[in-house]
Amino acid sequence: MIWAGVLVASVSCYALKLAGLSLPQGWLQDPRVQRTVPLIPIALLAALVATQTFSSGQHLVLDVRAAALVVAIVAVVLRAPFLVVVAAAAATAALLRLL
Amino acid sequence: MPSERSILRDALGIAVASGAYAISFGAISTAAGLTLLQTCSLSVLMFTGASQFALVGVIGAGGSVWAGVATAALLGARNALYGLRLSSLLDVRGLRRVAAAHFVIDETTAMAIAREDPRQSRFAFWATGVALFMLWNLGTLAGALATHALSNPKVFGLDAAPPAAFLALLAPRLRAREPLAVAIAAAVVAIAVLPFVPAGVPLLVVALLVALFGAFRRSG
Repeated sequence: MIWAGVLVASVSCYALKLAGLSLPQGWLQDPRVQRTVPLIPIALLAALVATQTFSSGQHLVLDVRAAALVVAIVAVVLRAPFLVVVAAAAATAALLRLL
Repeated sequence: MPSERSILRDALGIAVASGAYAISFGAISTAAGLTLLQTCSLSVLMFTGASQFALVGVIGAGGSVWAGVATAALLGARNALYGLRLSSLLDVRGLRRVAAAHFVIDETTAMAIAREDPRQSRFAFWATGVALFMLWNLGTLAGALATHALSNPKVFGLDAAPPAAFLALLAPRLRAREPLAVAIAAAVVAIAVLPFVPAGVPLLVVALLVALFGAFRRSG
């Protein structure tokens, strides 16, 4: 099942890239499309941050991941590199679990 | 030509930074339950970071694989717009277009459209694409191998890594008021619907609402 997902998602993402290079220039020039498409990753990434921090399956939970997110936000505000943000969050969760 | 050297230097810098993302991708993917081969295949075949993180993030959180696939594809939709912007600049046909398409991502687009001269644009696109592809895959392998050796990734707080990764991908896009408002609204909506729908589906609800917002808001 995971393999099917890996392949279908990869083909879909490639098809979108190729479509962009292949479609006539006039396509998708509608200003509403131009302004809405960039908002999709913003909304999805924000939703991913929220759901993956505050849920376990279908349940809302508040655990060490919330503290890890706070640390990640501080790291991002301080413009830390990507790997530092991720490592700081993981380390926070790991340390809090040890307490 | 000195400017080509400076393009190469920028391309390498971007590739090295992305290699670091890729290490965390490899680690998160393996911790989410994907095998080493599945993890590395994603970086070779999908090669668009946010979508890769989303697919493994949804799977790791216990969501359905297909909700993850849909989220990955929705995140990849922006690459189609990049392709439209790049197509006249790159002017590629046939097999070269098939190859170029794989490299149509945030970083290569930013590097290509930042140049004044079309020849430099093309050089920046290919240099960034090739360098990033190599380091992205090396980083993925390194992260996956490192995590593969762990018996319980949760001990190392790796379950707290995906939200931080998504946040780090999100932050550079929040420099104006509208994106920030959209991000906050999306987070609130996703949490609000979460208890009532299967895991992964809140993301699709959010995507649908953004599309409706874009279609019906007044222009200006």
